[in-house]
Amino acid sequence: METLYLLIPVSVILVFFVGLAFWWSLRSGQFDDLDGPAYRVLMDDDRGKEQGAGPSTESADAAPAAAPPAPPDTAAAPLERRR
Amino acid sequence: MAEAQGTYNYTVIRQFSVMAVVWGIVGMLVGVVIAAQLVWPELNFGPYFTFGRLRPLHTNAVIFAFGGCALFATSYYVVQRTCHARLFAGPLAAFTFWGWQLVIVLAAITLPLGMTQGKEYAELEWPIDLLIAVVWISYAVVFFGTIAKRTVSHIYVANWFYGAFILAVALLHIFNSAAIPVSLTKSYSAYAGVQDAMVQWWYGHNAVGFFLTAGFLGMMYYFVPKQAGRPVYSYRLSVVHFWALIFTYMWAGPHHLHYTALPDWTQSVGMVFSLILLAPSWGGMINGIMTLSGAWHKLRDDPILKFLITSLSFYGMSTFEGPMMAIKTVNALSHYTDWTVGHVHSGALGWVAMVSIGSLYYMLPRLFGKPQMHSVKLITVHFWVATIGVVLYIASMWIAGVMQGLMWRAVNPDGTLTYSFVEAVKGSYPFWAIRFLGGLLFLSGMLIMAYNMVRTIVGGERVNAPVLVPAAQHA
Repeated sequence: METLYLLIPVSVILVFFVGLAFWWSLRSGQFDDLDGPAYRVLMDDDRGKEQGAGPSTESADAAPAAAPPAPPDTAAAPLERRR
Repeated sequence: MAEAQGTYNYTVIRQFSVMAVVWGIVGMLVGVVIAAQLVWPELNFGPYFTFGRLRPLHTNAVIFAFGGCALFATSYYVVQRTCHARLFAGPLAAFTFWGWQLVIVLAAITLPLGMTQGKEYAELEWPIDLLIAVVWISYAVVFFGTIAKRTVSHIYVANWFYGAFILAVALLHIFNSAAIPVSLTKSYSAYAGVQDAMVQWWYGHNAVGFFLTAGFLGMMYYFVPKQAGRPVYSYRLSVVHFWALIFTYMWAGPHHLHYTALPDWTQSVGMVFSLILLAPSWGGMINGIMTLSGAWHKLRDDPILKFLITSLSFYGMSTFEGPMMAIKTVNALSHYTDWTVGHVHSGALGWVAMVSIGSLYYMLPRLFGKPQMHSVKLITVHFWVATIGVVLYIASMWIAGVMQGLMWRAVNPDGTLTYSFVEAVKGSYPFWAIRFLGGLLFLSGMLIMAYNMVRTIVGGERVNAPVLVPAAQHA
């Protein structure tokens, strides 16, 4: 079972680094607010078209920007807008 | 929210997203072919297209090509959006795409040719292994570089899962693939005998734990709340979930080697840690599903949410089944039977594929400047076809597996075996046919998705959304 002489140290070293990462995250305030982050993800509006700030089009490989932006708040997005 | 300088790098996400669907179809098609080969053995052709050579092609294609592309795509999306920073090292990100595609193509060529290291989920020969290592380290640089240049102080929990997945897979791959080459296409493992088996399943189980679980949990913690429009049920629990999972997963591998030459105590350690794993797994599953608490009505007509929540149900099911099967007495019945195959697919189709499909449906319209997928109705069709497919698959494998286990162990009063092996094979045929049907349904769902994707892309514009200044820090 010599392989255990390799695998156990490797796993222990790994756990040490995991512990280090945990210690860092604790000390650097990653867990100071355990409610806000869940909401902040939702506040990031990733629907470019509907937020007004038009998305930039990749000039190189995109079709000519002829496609008109979808009218916001019409029946366009029944999936997401049902709140 | 104000707009900061520059745009997010969506190009590489688009590439990975489209290829995830393409490789999903290829990998599942190979799966359906080998399922058919078991029912109709005449379908084994020549040395190249036999079950033995196509089966590793199937596992590599679905895990690393389909699952891998989905993980690359979603992790690049999530890390940019939650860090409010453009992807670090754009050209390197492009390299991860082309490098990964090259790995997949090389796998598709070498495996049917019979070039293999013979290690499950690590069959590829050493030159390809080196390429994987280079691509993977580049992936780590891009991902952690983006985390480093984030403009918010908090690192969202999904990124922790993705980060752990990237680091652990790098470590596992490098250690398990250590081999001594004898030619360009042949090498021998650096370990021998039971050592080799233990390293292999240390790798094999953690490939499941980190590649197929941690990475996809990252996906879950971003896309479930986003699609539901609600914060994750308990952010606190998600942090506990992460650390508990990370600390316990590494030790469960020996349960793949019950009743082998591996020392008994090692097997028992593996079994105990597998049982402990039930707790963090279910914590995460409940956390994901309860995100919908108070908004269950959204499940009624949002097929993307149906995919995501159903995937969590399958995650809960297979993370209950897994620890049970790791108990040595249960394993005595289940090991080497089709029950194992059913367990893997309840995780792979029900959890991994469904959460990926849901996330891809979420991202695709946003990547191509469309308000939604071409047809929401087709997503619903895809959902039901896929769900029926999974249920047929795992139910038939349960029955076949338990039947095989019972037949193999049955003994007459005089101590002789009641059944010959081939009798168990004969008894399995009807269930293999049902499994073939289930797989075919799941594949059909992917074809529907491909059609929907193409219709969404055509006429869409390839947008690169602007980098947004994060919302106020005090929430």
